[in-house]
Amino acid sequence: MELDIVETTYRSNIMICAGTGCVANGSLKVKDALETELIKRNLHNEVKIVLTGCNGFCAKGPVIVVYPEDIFYQLVKPEDVPHLVEEHFIKGRPVEKFLYTPPTEKKTIPVMNEIPFFKHQVLRALRNRSLIDAEKMEEYIARDGYLAAAKALTEMTPEQIVNEVKKSGLRGRGGAGFLTGLKWELCARVQGDVKYILCNGDEGDPGAFMDRSVMEADPHSVLEGMIIAAKAINAHYGYIYVRAEYPLAVHRLQLAIDQAKENGLLGKDILGTGYDLDIEIYQGAGAFVCGEETALMASIEGKRGMPRPKPPFPAVKGLWMRPSVLNNVETFANVPPIILNGADWFASLGTEKSKGTKVFALSGALNNIGLVEVPMGTPLKTIIFDIGGGIKNNRKFKAVQMGGPSGGCIPNSLIDTPVDFENINKTGAIMGSGGMVVMDETTCMPAMAKFFLEFTEDESCGKCVPCRIGNKTLLTILTRITNGEGREGDLELLLNLSQQIKDTSLCGLGQTSPNPVLTTIKYFREEYEAHIKEHKCPARVCTPLVKFVVDPNKCKKCGQCFKACPAGALKWEKGQVAYIDPEKCTKCKSCIKACRFWSID
Amino acid sequence: MAKLTIADLKKIKENYHANQALREGGFRVKITVHMGTCGIAAGARGIMNVVMEEMAKSNLKDVAVTTSGCAGLCSQEPMTTIELSGEPPVKYISLTEDKMRKIFAEHVIGGKPVADFALVVGHETTY
Repeated sequence: MELDIVETTYRSNIMICAGTGCVANGSLKVKDALETELIKRNLHNEVKIVLTGCNGFCAKGPVIVVYPEDIFYQLVKPEDVPHLVEEHFIKGRPVEKFLYTPPTEKKTIPVMNEIPFFKHQVLRALRNRSLIDAEKMEEYIARDGYLAAAKALTEMTPEQIVNEVKKSGLRGRGGAGFLTGLKWELCARVQGDVKYILCNGDEGDPGAFMDRSVMEADPHSVLEGMIIAAKAINAHYGYIYVRAEYPLAVHRLQLAIDQAKENGLLGKDILGTGYDLDIEIYQGAGAFVCGEETALMASIEGKRGMPRPKPPFPAVKGLWMRPSVLNNVETFANVPPIILNGADWFASLGTEKSKGTKVFALSGALNNIGLVEVPMGTPLKTIIFDIGGGIKNNRKFKAVQMGGPSGGCIPNSLIDTPVDFENINKTGAIMGSGGMVVMDETTCMPAMAKFFLEFTEDESCGKCVPCRIGNKTLLTILTRITNGEGREGDLELLLNLSQQIKDTSLCGLGQTSPNPVLTTIKYFREEYEAHIKEHKCPARVCTPLVKFVVDPNKCKKCGQCFKACPAGALKWEKGQVAYIDPEKCTKCKSCIKACRFWSID
Repeated sequence: MAKLTIADLKKIKENYHANQALREGGFRVKITVHMGTCGIAAGARGIMNVVMEEMAKSNLKDVAVTTSGCAGLCSQEPMTTIELSGEPPVKYISLTEDKMRKIFAEHVIGGKPVADFALVVGHETTY
């Protein structure tokens, strides 16, 4: 693989997002159309097309950014390309049709960094977002890539690296928030001729895609972070554990490893410094529990992915019983700038105990779904309303689930909570790896808790009893509550059992799986009580508890339900209260979704 | 491919600076070639080619080249606007490829506007 050492000059760069979301929306077809059109217009020597990793604004894909003007185009289709090229690259005017318009406004915003979604973000782990071609090492190097590794390998002792990272206050971005530098120090102190540096890319929370995006968009930043960490603990071999469901991430990482090896940035004698490090990808089969460190190591060893009790900690006895350090993808991506710019630079952002920035995957009932990076301590409200653009369809914010199935929900009353490890823990949720699922008033909290319990019950490895049987029992109780068969005392049973599962489970999976139950009961107890005592689902989600009867006092006679009903069960005439024919009704809830006035019980 | 050294990293960074600068902003000069229907008919394409040639030749890393529509003075096309950061833009009219080369050498590289070909200095007022 030859590197393009000399770069031709172009007047304009078109950055096409080739993250998984945009590719699924057809961005590669847009790229082909652009290539054809530029050649047809004889502009291919002036305008360069670059495939980048995830831009972050996934809801608007395929996404294109044009430099030097910094124009953001959204929802571009291949058939639009000739028009776009003519207008933008020949006539030099941004094409209104593909510009972004905020949900509550009419005027478009052409410049990317003026769009609120981007404006409030601070990019550190995602520093190369939309700025480099993910498959070209030269472009990574052009943005100071591998300079930090060079510095660590030539100018710094392992102790200095450890101290710099410790001083920066960087904490593990995988969820638990352990001090990264301390983890390295513990392993560096252990004697041993063979040590391993491991990267956890087994991102498994439903609705989370931070690490996937980093691996796809900037694979070299992960490799560089691993080189620095390897030197700190004196490891010469490493694995990146990625789930096989992330084919693009695996492809780009492999490409990056091959490029780095061929050019002497991995392998023997890195950059002529005499330091050796080999890195290999290990594909996981997608078990959630394999994100737990000891289970991950068992999986690499070829065993069934199950956790084991600690101690011994992996820093002492990890992979193949050798001292090992495992860090998350985002943690590694944060390391090179710390080495290059110093610990104080890193610690200049964030709160007292949580330094730097954090990447979040915004999903759910938001206008702007995507990937965002904000300084630690940013209030939830800013993330959800300013960056996320508020709740879709003018509905009301109800709660946000942080930390996936291991986390908990945070209600509207705590919307001003600053997002850092300590403050989020106080609410009963966890920072987790960065998933944020936003829910509006149409979400039923017991049903939501049930959804996550279904996930953890399914993913429990079964090794320890509290997790295997306890979660199953939690799910049984939640199922009967959402079926309208809840019993007196169920809530106390849920709370009691949850606490026991948390206290006695072997690994992080079981220790956190009751969190969704605990937080939904803590903040939405009345919803559980409505299910159990009144046999009502206030959000009209639990079908067995919905009567499918129109309340004439609430009905505004608008006919929206009539239009939405696919079964012909709704009777309505202008100015009349609607009526649902129970004979024809299939209980599909289309009418409930269409009604803005909650008038169907 | 030979193995890279630390010096190579810096060399690659320098060579790639042009495109990175394009993406990161912060230009010294912005050249706008007016390419409305009138401009294209009068030969703006040739002017653009000259700009791109000179860009490659001079290996300048801090110049942005862009196009725009008709500047409103169709009879005086081809036109370009050259804007040095911190200075008012200068509009050049009735260009030929040779004139463009001279402007590139004296204004873009040298920083001194070519008064003979210039129409006006400054922005139109926009409301």
